[in-house]
Amino acid sequence: MHNIIQISYFIAAFLFILGLKRMSSPVTARNGIVWAGIGMLVATLITFFEPGMQNYLLMTTAIFVGGVAAFWSGKKVAMTDMPQMIALYNGMGGGAAGAIAAVELLKGEFHSQTFLTLAVLGALIGSVSFSGSLVAFAKLQGLLRRPMRFPGQLLFNTAVFLVAIALGAMLIIQGEFTGGIILMFFAAALAYGMFMALPIGGADMPVVISLFNALTGLAVAFEGFVLNNAAMIIAGTVVGSAGTLLTQLMAKAMNRSLGNVLFSSFGSSDAAGADSVQGSMKPIDAVDAGVMMAFAERVIIIPGYGMAVAQAQHKVHELMELLLARGVDVKFAIHPVAGRMPGHMNVLLAEANVPYDRLYDLDEINPAFPQTDVALVIGANDVVNPSARTNPDSPIYGMPILNADQAKNVIVIKRGQGKGFSGVENALFYGDNTRMLYGDGQAMIGELIEAVKDL
Amino acid sequence: MIEGMTALYIFMLAAVAGYEIIGRVPVILHTPLMSGSNFVHGIVLVGAMVALGQASGPLEQVVGFIGVALAAGNAVGGYVVTERMLEMFKSSKGSK
Repeated sequence: MHNIIQISYFIAAFLFILGLKRMSSPVTARNGIVWAGIGMLVATLITFFEPGMQNYLLMTTAIFVGGVAAFWSGKKVAMTDMPQMIALYNGMGGGAAGAIAAVELLKGEFHSQTFLTLAVLGALIGSVSFSGSLVAFAKLQGLLRRPMRFPGQLLFNTAVFLVAIALGAMLIIQGEFTGGIILMFFAAALAYGMFMALPIGGADMPVVISLFNALTGLAVAFEGFVLNNAAMIIAGTVVGSAGTLLTQLMAKAMNRSLGNVLFSSFGSSDAAGADSVQGSMKPIDAVDAGVMMAFAERVIIIPGYGMAVAQAQHKVHELMELLLARGVDVKFAIHPVAGRMPGHMNVLLAEANVPYDRLYDLDEINPAFPQTDVALVIGANDVVNPSARTNPDSPIYGMPILNADQAKNVIVIKRGQGKGFSGVENALFYGDNTRMLYGDGQAMIGELIEAVKDL
Repeated sequence: MIEGMTALYIFMLAAVAGYEIIGRVPVILHTPLMSGSNFVHGIVLVGAMVALGQASGPLEQVVGFIGVALAAGNAVGGYVVTERMLEMFKSSKGSK
């Protein structure tokens, strides 16, 4: 039986790695999760046959309670609320790692100092992830509205962290586990997780959740060493490192560094200038932009004079054909002043063989933006500046514009960070749903084409 | 028993594997992938079951019970949410 159990864990670990690998490409992502799911099922079922186990009734009840609650909540939650559910489930995993460590500490039978140290470290990390994730959940769910900040917070948090470390060290060095110290250790670790997450703003939460996700993975791996369970060690470590990298990628996509996300919130204020544009420009690379468009349902391309200058219209046509072939609905939004004279753009596009029935003018297309997955802006600027609609102080206020900012995602191809024809800062470029693809129009469209072809 | 250097080797290789897997993942997959890896560390369920299975005395049993329930939530919830998110990739691809 022992061998069958070990082989099952081996298979599970392999399926996890395979599943994650498949999940990292949009083409195979869907069956990736199925592979990983099979791995989980195998590992869970075989664990019932571990030798020397008791409390089967408690165990099945606990699985049933936790599983049903999670299944129900996971099915019910709206797509927009997904991030906080991930935070919640991740926190549960961290809490479980902490609970494993607590049981082991209460039993107090460790083979060596090393295992004891790993158990304490896993408990610390898992508990931090648990309480931190719950705070993240509460914030995104709207239960905690404002970031909680006070003077000397960083110092205070560090102090709490050091207390947790000290208590953990006491457990390891003394090797004698009185309930009091164990309790205080967990309390300090949980408090640190909470205080760490409290000051972070809602917009940065996905990055923080990803960080806690990586931490939970690490905690699981450490407890895996303690329990001598290879599946836990491998799966936990893989998630720990993949999660760390993913956290960095996410921070980069938001144009922030991780340190910035975690610590910059201290002392910043939310003052809003009357005419200053909020936020920052967030870059994207062509591969990501291409994938985003290839898997969209509706794409609207907004060409401006910049496209014509870059001689990109033939490439744009090629991109449209590729997207149509993938079943993406592609439309062109033509602003009255796109190009150098009315109708200029239509001609330019017709010349590049873009069918006429794909071109829509301002009044026809504007109602369609909210249902659009990706709006691709090529060489257009003022004609998509939402300030014309929203900011009475703007020099271009009142100008009819294409409401690209209402699309779910906006990709702007632009040479650099300069201002538009009117010299007005474009609020669209700073939008949360906007990503900037910097470069020459023709070259960038070429790269988008390559990205779509590579799928 | 996985001891000493062997443990370190496993840790190192698994860490490299995780890093390589994520490599060049497009931004639109960040959230599903985070969710997927969140599901994978639901393997903590296995450990929680062992901990509860070997628990003796009411305090250990209560803590173990909480651990198993939380871990089951991690695994099941992680799977359901990831599956739903990735479902969207199918629909947008299949509609010709």
